[in-house]
Amino acid sequence: MSGGLYSMEDKDFDKTLDLTKVKPYGDTMNDGKVQLSFTLPVPAGDEAVEAARQLIRKMGLENPQVVFFKELTPGFTFLNCYGSCTHTVDYSGIHVPKVETSVMDMHETDEFIRTNIGRKIVVVGASTGTDAHTVGIDAIMNMKGYAGHYGLERYEMIDAYNLGSQVPNEEFLAKAIELKADALLVSQTVTQKDIHIQNLTELVEMMEAEGLRDKMILVCGGPRITHELAKELGYDAGFGMNSYADDVASYIVQELVSRGMTSLTK
Amino acid sequence: MQSKLGLDFGKVAYARKLARNIADGVQTFVESYTTVAVERTLCRLMGIDGVDENQVPLPNVLVDELKTKGVLGEGVLFYLANAMIQTGLTPQEIAQRVADGTLDITRIEVFDLEKREAALKPVIEESLSRIRARRQRREEYLRTIGEGPKPYLYVIVATGNIYEDVVQAEAAARQGADIIAVIRTTGQSLLDYVPYGATTEGFGGTFATQENFRIMRSALDKVGEEVGRYIRLCNYCSGLCMPEIAIMGAFEGLDVMLNDALYGILFRDINMQRTLIDQYFSRIINGFAGVIINTGEDNYLTTADAYEQAHTVLASDIINEQLALLAGLPEEQMGLGHAFEMDPMLENGFLYELAQAQMTREIFPNAPLKYMPPTKFMTGNIFRGHIQDALFNMIGIWTNQGIQLLGMPTEAIHTPFMSDRFLSIENAKYIFNNMRSIGDEVEFKENGIIRNRAKKVLDDATSLLEKLNEEGLFSALEKGIFGDVKRPKNGGKGLDGVCGKGSNYMNPFVKLMKGVK
Repeated sequence: MSGGLYSMEDKDFDKTLDLTKVKPYGDTMNDGKVQLSFTLPVPAGDEAVEAARQLIRKMGLENPQVVFFKELTPGFTFLNCYGSCTHTVDYSGIHVPKVETSVMDMHETDEFIRTNIGRKIVVVGASTGTDAHTVGIDAIMNMKGYAGHYGLERYEMIDAYNLGSQVPNEEFLAKAIELKADALLVSQTVTQKDIHIQNLTELVEMMEAEGLRDKMILVCGGPRITHELAKELGYDAGFGMNSYADDVASYIVQELVSRGMTSLTK
Repeated sequence: MQSKLGLDFGKVAYARKLARNIADGVQTFVESYTTVAVERTLCRLMGIDGVDENQVPLPNVLVDELKTKGVLGEGVLFYLANAMIQTGLTPQEIAQRVADGTLDITRIEVFDLEKREAALKPVIEESLSRIRARRQRREEYLRTIGEGPKPYLYVIVATGNIYEDVVQAEAAARQGADIIAVIRTTGQSLLDYVPYGATTEGFGGTFATQENFRIMRSALDKVGEEVGRYIRLCNYCSGLCMPEIAIMGAFEGLDVMLNDALYGILFRDINMQRTLIDQYFSRIINGFAGVIINTGEDNYLTTADAYEQAHTVLASDIINEQLALLAGLPEEQMGLGHAFEMDPMLENGFLYELAQAQMTREIFPNAPLKYMPPTKFMTGNIFRGHIQDALFNMIGIWTNQGIQLLGMPTEAIHTPFMSDRFLSIENAKYIFNNMRSIGDEVEFKENGIIRNRAKKVLDDATSLLEKLNEEGLFSALEKGIFGDVKRPKNGGKGLDGVCGKGSNYMNPFVKLMKGVK
C-alpha cells in the first residue's frame, strides 16, 4: 500500500512557484497533491477501487491512489483517495468582490459612530423564514459574541435587537420600521435545496415594494453566504465563514457615513 | 450510591423539593385547561385519521368546528359521544360528515354522562390495546434480539425524503447505531396540524407524519432482525402538536421522543400556557407507551455560554424531571438532556465537561441521560471536529450516559452524508470499547478542579431554583430569569388554541394512561 511513499520513480516536478500556474501543494512545490473521500453506490471490491481510480482521473487528477475503502452498507463503498492535480489556475488574475471597508474593533467603531454619526445606530437582526438556527445571528449580536469578538449588543453606540429565529420576513420588516432600523442583519444557516435564496430574495422584494430598500443597510450572513452572492441577490453586503461582529459593525457604520444616511430624523 | 464528586445529596433533595413546588404551580393551572392540540389528540385516540378534500386533517376539521362555534371548552369527546349515540356512526364517519358539512355535532341531543361513557368505552379500549400491543412488541424484541449496550448510539437522518431516510437509517443500523432520529423539516414545530401521508420533500429534515413513522418503524424492524439488535426510532414531540405527535408515535411504535417542557417557549416563542398544557398530555401518552422522552436543555447552550450557564441546564433538568413525574412518566424513561458545548479553546474545558456529565449522572441515577455533542464550536475544520467528538465520546463512556447523540465531523456544513455517520459511529465504538471501564477505575481528587466545579454548578442551580420558586414559573419566564429570554404569558404562538375546560369536559385517557404500564 505504501509503495508510493518510497517510490524511486522520476519526480519530474517544476519546483518553482509560478502564480500564473498555481496547483495544490502536498510536500513539494507543484506536486499537485489532493486528498479526497467519497462514497460510490457500488459494492466494495476491486471493481469499486477501479471505478474510483477512473473517476479520479476524470476529475483531472493523475496517479490516483485508493488508500482505504469500506462498504458502509451493501452496495455503498466509502473510499479515501489521493491524486495529483493536472490543472492549474492563474492566481495573479483573480478578482473576488469583497466588502471594501477597513475593520475596526469595538471601541474604534463606537468612537467612529460618536464622531461621524453622533447618535446611536439601530441594528435589527434575525434568522428569518423557516430557519430555526440562531447560532449565526447570536455569534454576531449576543453580548458575549463569538471566539473573542464581542457581539453588537455590547457596543455602546449600537442599539442591537436580536429577534431570534424563524422570524417571517413580514414580521422582520415591521419590526425594522417600528424600531427605525439603520441596518438589517439576516442570518441563513439552512441552505438545503437553496431555500435561503428564495427567502433572501423575498425580503429584498418586500423592501423594494415598500420603498424601504435604500433607507436601510441590508446585510446577510451565514456559512454558505458570500459577498458576491449577497450582491447578486440585491443585498449591500454578505458575510460568510470567519466573519465576526467587528467585520459587520465596521462595514455598517462606514457605509452609513459614506452614503450620508446619518441624519437624526429618519 | 457513593458520589465520586462528593456531591451534597441533601442539597440535591432540596433542589428537587423546590422544583416540585414549581411544577405543582404549573400543574394547578394545566389541569383547568385544554388546547386544540390536546383535543385533536383525543380525535386520533378515537380512531379519527385522514384528510378532507383540501388536505386538512380530519382531527383539525372537527376541532376547528368546535372552536369556531365557541364550544371547544366542552371538549371533543362530549360532542363525539353524543353524536355516536344519536347517529350510531363511528367517530371517523362522524368526522367525515362534519367535513362534508352534512352533520353539525354541536346541535345534537345531550345524553347523560353514563351513556356517553358507555358509548366511548369500546373505542377507548381499542386505542389503548393498540398502544399496549406496540409496547409489547418492543418488549418482545428486546427479550429476543436484545439491544446495544449503553450509551446507545444515536444518529440522525435528515434527507427530507422518507424513502431515502430509510436507506440512510439501514446503513447506520448496520454500522452500529442503536437509535435513529428522523430530523423534522425546518418549521414543522410551528405548524398547528400534522401533515398526512408519506412525504418526500423537506428542508433540513423530513415531515413527521404517521405514515412516515410507519415506514421507518417497519424498515428498522427488518434491519434490527438482520443485525440482531433492536433499533429504536426517535422523533420530535415538540412545537404546536406535542400530544398529537405523541399519540401517532405511540400507535406506530416509536421509542424515543424529544419532549421538553420549556424549549418551545424559550426558543420557538410558543405561548407558555399552550406548551405547558400540551407537554402534560404528551408526557402521559409517552409514559404509557413506554417511550423515552428527551429534554432539550442542550439548546440553552447553543445560545448561552456553556461554562457560565451550566447551572441553568441542571435547573431545567430538575424541573423537567418533576413535571414528567407529575405526568406519570417513570425515571427510566427520562432522557434528560445536557451537552458538551464549551469553547474548545477553554483551558481545562474537558475537566469541566467531565464534572458536568458526572454530576448529571449522579443526580439522575436512573435516567437514560441524553448527551449532546459539540455543535456551536464545530467549524469547517472537519479534522478538528472529529477530535472534539472524540473527547465528547470519552466523557460519554466515562460517566455512563444513556443516549449518546453522536456528533458528526461535518456538523457545521451539511446534514450527514452516509460516510459521516460511519466515521462518527466508528469513533464512538472505538472509544467506548477502548475505555469501557474507565469510570469504575478513576476517582476525582478532593478539592480538585472537577469536584469544585460540580459543587459550584449545583449551588448555582439551587439558587436559580430558589428564585424560580419565589416567582413561579410563568412569572419567571416573563421576567427572563430563565435562559435570558423573556416571554409574555399572553404572547407567542398558539395562544388562541388554549381554552378553559367547561362543565361537560371529559378526558378519560388521563386516568387510564397516567402512570399506567
